[in-house]
Amino acid sequence: MSATLLELRGISKRFPGVVALDSVDLEVGAGEVVALIGENGAGKSTLMNILGGVHQADAGTIRFDGQPVAIRSVSDAFALGIGFIHQELNVLDNLDVAANIFMGREPTWGGLLRLINRGEINRQSERHLKRLGLTVSPSAPLRELSLAQQQMVEIAKALSQNARLLIMDEPTSCLTTSETERLLAKIKELRAEGVSIIYITHRLTEVGECADRVVVLRDGKNAGSLRREEITHDNMVRFMVGRDLQNFYVHSKVQKQADYFKVRGLRTRAHPRCSVNFTVAAGEILGLAGLVGAGRSELAQAIFGVELPLEGEILIDRKPVTIRHSRDAISHGLYLVPEDRRRTALITEMAVVENITLPGLKRLTKWGWINGQQETDIAAKQCTALRVKTPSVQTKVMNLSGGNQQKVVLAKWLALNPRVLIFDEPTRGIDVGAKAEIYRLMRDLAENGVAIIMISSDMEEVLGVSDRVAVMHEGRIAGILERSQCTEEAIMHLAVGQTKQTEAA
Amino acid sequence: MKKEMGVAVLLVVLCAIVAILNPRFLGTANLHNMARLIGMFGIFSIGSGLVIITGGIDLSIGSMFALQGVLLAIMLRQWHWFWAAAVLAIIVGTMGLGSIHGFLITKARLQPFIVTLCGLLFYRGLARYIANDETKGFGSEQFGPLRTLATGEVFSVPMPFIALLVIAVVMWIVLHRSVYGRYLFAVGHNEEAARYAGINSRTIVASAYIVAGALTGVAGILLAFYTNSISPSTHGSFYELYGIAAAVLGGCSLRGGEGSILGIVIGTALLQVLQNLVNLLGIPSSLNFAVMGAVILIGVLADELLASRRRSRQMNIVANR
Repeated sequence: MSATLLELRGISKRFPGVVALDSVDLEVGAGEVVALIGENGAGKSTLMNILGGVHQADAGTIRFDGQPVAIRSVSDAFALGIGFIHQELNVLDNLDVAANIFMGREPTWGGLLRLINRGEINRQSERHLKRLGLTVSPSAPLRELSLAQQQMVEIAKALSQNARLLIMDEPTSCLTTSETERLLAKIKELRAEGVSIIYITHRLTEVGECADRVVVLRDGKNAGSLRREEITHDNMVRFMVGRDLQNFYVHSKVQKQADYFKVRGLRTRAHPRCSVNFTVAAGEILGLAGLVGAGRSELAQAIFGVELPLEGEILIDRKPVTIRHSRDAISHGLYLVPEDRRRTALITEMAVVENITLPGLKRLTKWGWINGQQETDIAAKQCTALRVKTPSVQTKVMNLSGGNQQKVVLAKWLALNPRVLIFDEPTRGIDVGAKAEIYRLMRDLAENGVAIIMISSDMEEVLGVSDRVAVMHEGRIAGILERSQCTEEAIMHLAVGQTKQTEAA
Repeated sequence: MKKEMGVAVLLVVLCAIVAILNPRFLGTANLHNMARLIGMFGIFSIGSGLVIITGGIDLSIGSMFALQGVLLAIMLRQWHWFWAAAVLAIIVGTMGLGSIHGFLITKARLQPFIVTLCGLLFYRGLARYIANDETKGFGSEQFGPLRTLATGEVFSVPMPFIALLVIAVVMWIVLHRSVYGRYLFAVGHNEEAARYAGINSRTIVASAYIVAGALTGVAGILLAFYTNSISPSTHGSFYELYGIAAAVLGGCSLRGGEGSILGIVIGTALLQVLQNLVNLLGIPSSLNFAVMGAVILIGVLADELLASRRRSRQMNIVANR
């Protein structure tokens, strides 16, 4: 290995309620490609955000080129020569390519007028684009470029600032197979030119193809590191998972009515080529695991009728139901607790009571007039049952904590006697105490015959709560694991796209 | 309730000042005329407010007045329609225009500002073309109860004011006590979350424009008989802005989701008192708009300051818990 370019020692970072990073070390040599892997929430992004100047570490040292440095802002990182290619590209698609490359550092003329030197900006951009082998005109509007090309523009932007270290956060998550191959080839070229690269990905095959070394994070700590010759799927998966599971989960022994909820041949707009089939028994909690972007939320939205599926059939209690709008789903007792509480689950500017009664409001009326007393009673009853901590039911939801907000979402659906409930990341951003309460509630519901689907990226939660686990990979269900087969390894293998090997057994 | 209190206090204070400076303010003739205007302006301001609560805006009201005024005059005087048929045609027509706005906004996904701005231009042009740019009038005929409704009085209360009271009560129930009203606020605050709660957001938004159209129709008929002559190039000009101003003064947020009928009515009254103040206090009438602009600005600014103070106090309570 060549000289060390970057050295992180003992980096720690806390966010309210969580330790995101706990004394993490990372080294990158000049011209080295380091793959940084780990489960969702392992701390990869936090670590890179610290390096890119988005967050500041609470403890630890950063050395760049042997010198201790402090990276307090994104521009500090730029100045050092650290370029960050985010997963969500940071491009302005209303401007042209050259404007994007030189945003904030435009060559100017005309003194105080600071007119943009268009000749110069285009000439320089041309040079950077050529270096990356990108055949687009500097004056092409960015929105006319493919995602892969836009990504190259971002790389060109970083290189134009003499970046010596490129951080790529899941650069291939939106690329096609051939685009991915081209990107990997480009990475090899850049490495040959002496540029160091930190490559974050969930796709282990890519790691094997391009990485010189693999660093694995787990729960905000270094889980291990693999040299070039040690990089294998099995080794990576072993480091990514494997920890003690806390057993504050309850499992059911109740007899279940099989096939209570059935999805047949469902195709979503996000993954039009994948057809999804699965069933959930009444009284069962089906975990839906997979990596971010595997199409789980899209599946939930399609079932609930907020994003219409291309085709597919949904049966509740063996009867087909037609869902063209969330209203239809609600009328069949099929509810969704969505992932983004503030955006889709709650109207945070409105009172607790108004949120709870919103979907079932029509039942509380006489001639269109809302029965305010009945409304308050229902909300108060639900708040007591779920132990929502709120000064009153008239309090605006935005003044409650995350856990209590989530309970308000639950209260909303429990007031309407659910038959099928879909939870999308039910405990994201919720503290441990409230988490346990929500698990208990889910289990109680199941015991009462509700069919539950729980989408979760928290492996511990998936294993702890689910009776069975369906694992999604790029829009399809890669496999369904019975309780006895559920291990982190088994789920991870399916989630990264390997076919189920235990099938024959 | 807190929001309306601020405007209400401002209204009372202004009334007191004007009354002290010029006792004619409390004269019967002045009060009558003001009540009549508050009645007419209040009716369409409620429509305007409803649209604002959904997060939209309606700029087409003034031009719609011109168009319906011209058409009403033609129906009654040239075609000799029965008054009720003409009224029905006008209100169905304005509701139709409202539903076109609603359709373009919810289905074609155009911005409310653009859609109703095009309406503003289009209806004005159409009115002038139909009327040949000539002033249309109603002469001195009664046309059933129409003239009385616009200019008459019951127990010496002007009819349009009574109409406003009736409409305000009905709309208060609709907005503050009915499912529809709750949905309107929900959609205005967070359309997506409303959709996830099973509300057909598009229908709700579109319906607000239709209701606004109906109220514009009613107010427009009263207004036409009040002025008795309609010059198509100026009739109702800028009135949409009075509606928006009244709604905003009354506590509606242009971001959507906030507002009340009571607030809108008080806001309308405040605007009319301001107009009256300019006349009675001998302020040059050319300053009319300047006074109104300044008072609205001060009102909204004060409201924002109070709201942010309230917010920070609330934050402290939550933080200290």
